[in-house]
Amino acid sequence: MKCIIIDDEAAARAIIAHLCSQVESIEIVEEFPNAIQAIKFLNKNHVDLVFLDIHMPDFTGFDFIDTVKNPPKIILTTSDKNFAINAFEYDCIVDYLVKPVTLPRFLKSIQKAENFVSSVTSKSEVSSETEKELPNKELYVNIDRRLIKIDFEKIYLIEAKGDYILIKTDDKNYTVHSSLKKIEDKLPESLFLKVHRSYIINIKKIIDIEDNSVLIAKDVIPISRSNRPELMKRLNLL
Amino acid sequence: MSEPNLSLIEELSGNDMEFRKKLIGIIKSELPAEIAVYRDCVMSDHVQAAAIVHKLKHKISILGMFDGYQVAEDYEEELKEGRWEGHEKFNELLEKMSQFIIEL
Repeated sequence: MKCIIIDDEAAARAIIAHLCSQVESIEIVEEFPNAIQAIKFLNKNHVDLVFLDIHMPDFTGFDFIDTVKNPPKIILTTSDKNFAINAFEYDCIVDYLVKPVTLPRFLKSIQKAENFVSSVTSKSEVSSETEKELPNKELYVNIDRRLIKIDFEKIYLIEAKGDYILIKTDDKNYTVHSSLKKIEDKLPESLFLKVHRSYIINIKKIIDIEDNSVLIAKDVIPISRSNRPELMKRLNLL
Repeated sequence: MSEPNLSLIEELSGNDMEFRKKLIGIIKSELPAEIAVYRDCVMSDHVQAAAIVHKLKHKISILGMFDGYQVAEDYEEELKEGRWEGHEKFNELLEKMSQFIIEL
């Protein structure tokens, strides 16, 4: 597995690199003292696993996960046990190591990561056809401890509202504790497009587009300049 | 409170003397810099102080002071609430660690 280490503390990077050196299947390709440098690296290079510190100045580990599109598998490393709860909200997070990391605990974590990577690889090899035949048609959201089913085709707009998202459907609206980034990963690309940092729309529900805004149901939504070309590409223009 | 020691570093290093030397070298340069950041914000900026105390927790545990780690953890929580009561005890911890790494 190709891995990188992101931690603002040199001692922490050295310990993780040393532990990795004791596992044959791991190759540390790069180490970064901050997440921004790592993001630039990931834009050009593939890695299987990231050892990621959460508590970094300016740009935290969770900011990193929210920023990277299709993040690799991640093992969080932190001195703070309290972040474990947040970690469970991310599919890409394989494990959570509390510093100082010891070899037995580290090896357990690597085993988990290897199982994840191999299961993802075999799934993608075997079932790409199956996925085409049986795509998810709905999404379940957690509201007041109830899992509520929402059909994708009924959603016309998703709006970011601080720590929450507002999902608007033909029937009703739902406020869910989540982020646009997280729901974007769950939505079918064929139907949905992020047109602005605060909005994802169902492109099948567009009524009209005027300059830098789109009318969808009764909502007029801004289209950011950077997202406009992708939207235009997705339309069946005469 | 326990004294700083190299037990965890020895455990991590095993027979790898190169790594032992490297890690001690990093701690000798990184720890004074982190302590300096703490001294700069002490009694003035509790948010910054909580962040650097959080970071120092790792060094405290690397130096085998597991009861000291708890002191730092409690102090970090206090700082998040804007309280400085734990400063004196935490400062003692920093003094001990500083002295220990000078002698390494």
